[in-house]
Amino acid sequence: MTALLPVEPLDQTARPMTPAWDRPPAVEVLSAEKVFANGARGLAPIDLSIADGEFLTLIGPSGCGKSTLLKLIANLIEPSDGRLLWWRSDFAQVGQEGRRLAFVFQEPTLMPWARVEANVRLPLEFANMPRAMADPKVADAIAHVGLSAFNRHFPRQLSGGMKMRVSIARALVTSPNLLLMDEPFGALDEFTRNKLDDDLVNLSWERKLSTVFVTHSIYEAVFLSTRIIVMAANPGRIFRTMTIDHPQPRDQGFRDSPKFAAYCRELSAWLAEASLQSAAGGGS
Amino acid sequence: MKPLFESEVFVRIAAPIAVGIVLFMLWEIGLRLASVPVYLFPKPTDIFASLLHNGPSLLRALLVTLRVTLQAFVAAVILGTLIAFMFVQSRAIEVSLFPYAVLLQVTPVVAIAPLIIILVKNTQLSLTICATMVALFPIISNTTLGLRSVDPGLANFFRMNRASRFKTLVKLRIPGALPYFFGGLRISSGLALIGAVVAEFVAGTGGRSSGLAYEILDAGFTLDIPRMFAALLLITLTGVALFAAMVALSQMALSNWHDSETRAEA
Repeated sequence: MTALLPVEPLDQTARPMTPAWDRPPAVEVLSAEKVFANGARGLAPIDLSIADGEFLTLIGPSGCGKSTLLKLIANLIEPSDGRLLWWRSDFAQVGQEGRRLAFVFQEPTLMPWARVEANVRLPLEFANMPRAMADPKVADAIAHVGLSAFNRHFPRQLSGGMKMRVSIARALVTSPNLLLMDEPFGALDEFTRNKLDDDLVNLSWERKLSTVFVTHSIYEAVFLSTRIIVMAANPGRIFRTMTIDHPQPRDQGFRDSPKFAAYCRELSAWLAEASLQSAAGGGS
Repeated sequence: MKPLFESEVFVRIAAPIAVGIVLFMLWEIGLRLASVPVYLFPKPTDIFASLLHNGPSLLRALLVTLRVTLQAFVAAVILGTLIAFMFVQSRAIEVSLFPYAVLLQVTPVVAIAPLIIILVKNTQLSLTICATMVALFPIISNTTLGLRSVDPGLANFFRMNRASRFKTLVKLRIPGALPYFFGGLRISSGLALIGAVVAEFVAGTGGRSSGLAYEILDAGFTLDIPRMFAALLLITLTGVALFAAMVALSQMALSNWHDSETRAEA
């Protein structure tokens, strides 16, 4: 079974052929670790390189530091030691070089008092973009998530899945190069989640996005990712890495394939192992 | 289309009115049967007759009271909002000034009104100051609470996008504070009226005539009890009208998005 799967070795020297490793990596995590103020080791030193155009998923038992790692990549928190590079530069230069990050939270976090279009326009207003320039981008982003008919609606008039789409449109409107998502569909029912996964995998492909995605769902991880990082806790660390060797964009056909089932089985076994190791207290 | 008497709006307006009519009729019939003299307790018909008879003077008094009330209310809204904005700018300002806002709130206006009326020569102005003091606190506390009650997820989003302090205020804090602010308006509008009337009483006993409270005092001196009730009725109606106006205002501003004002979709 294991032989069937192109499993990447633990060291990061052997890199998958897809996506583009010939271009500078979107993010490099260089021995970055995180010790919290209370002394807890959130993350042991981690080395990770995220290729341009890659769809990377972080998965693991709770407390494994996947959200912490995502926040480091988003520059929401600073590493206690080590450093991160974005397109081979410091974070301060990301904006200057015309590159952008966008973050999608677990909750849609929309402004309840603003219509869909106003919610999506918000990041452009932060950038002081004039209305005439912003409006076509807003309309385009809303069309991309299939909500053009709901332009003038208020968030409370939308279903949970639609609110999440608005949240994604708000992330896409700035044409980001790097999209960071923290369990964005965790609160949705499976049917809605699958639909949004379908759309997301195509969107990230069309827009040539590099995406880092945190999830608890094995099926979601396998369906979306080009590479999956399985993490373990105590301290938070990379346990194993799995490369999903299937061309993008993907569709229901991939979900129904024996290959998909095999990946899911393998990932499930790894997660069970990671949980065991986390409980044992790993490094300490 | 449902029959009229089943519709929500009709019931909400008609039911209280029906109760009022029944109460008035019981009042009228009861007093007639017991033949209570007018100078002890007037019947509704006596009160309405007095209302018509003393119309011009009561109306003038109503306008005086209304003017004080509205001036005080507007002053309280402006002042209270400004103070609330100051409070949320820095914790130090809030901590050092909030006790004094509480002090203002707990001091009974009856106790402090004589002092203000002595200090401020203009009666109208002194009454407005008293009423403002009564109406101020709910605006301060509600607006401060609202400006602080920012959705943490949205606040995080604003921070991540490096939104300026000003943009965060205008796009996030102020819209988020509106439901609290309107809650403050409802309480404060009633308090402004109460403050105005109480201050008028104090001024009235001091011999400076004005407003509906003075009408009540004067009616008491002359044992014109129906006029007393008529003035009281006008004060009550003014309070109800103010409250209704605030409800309508907050409905207009919030009906699109806030749970407190959204009606279930049919």
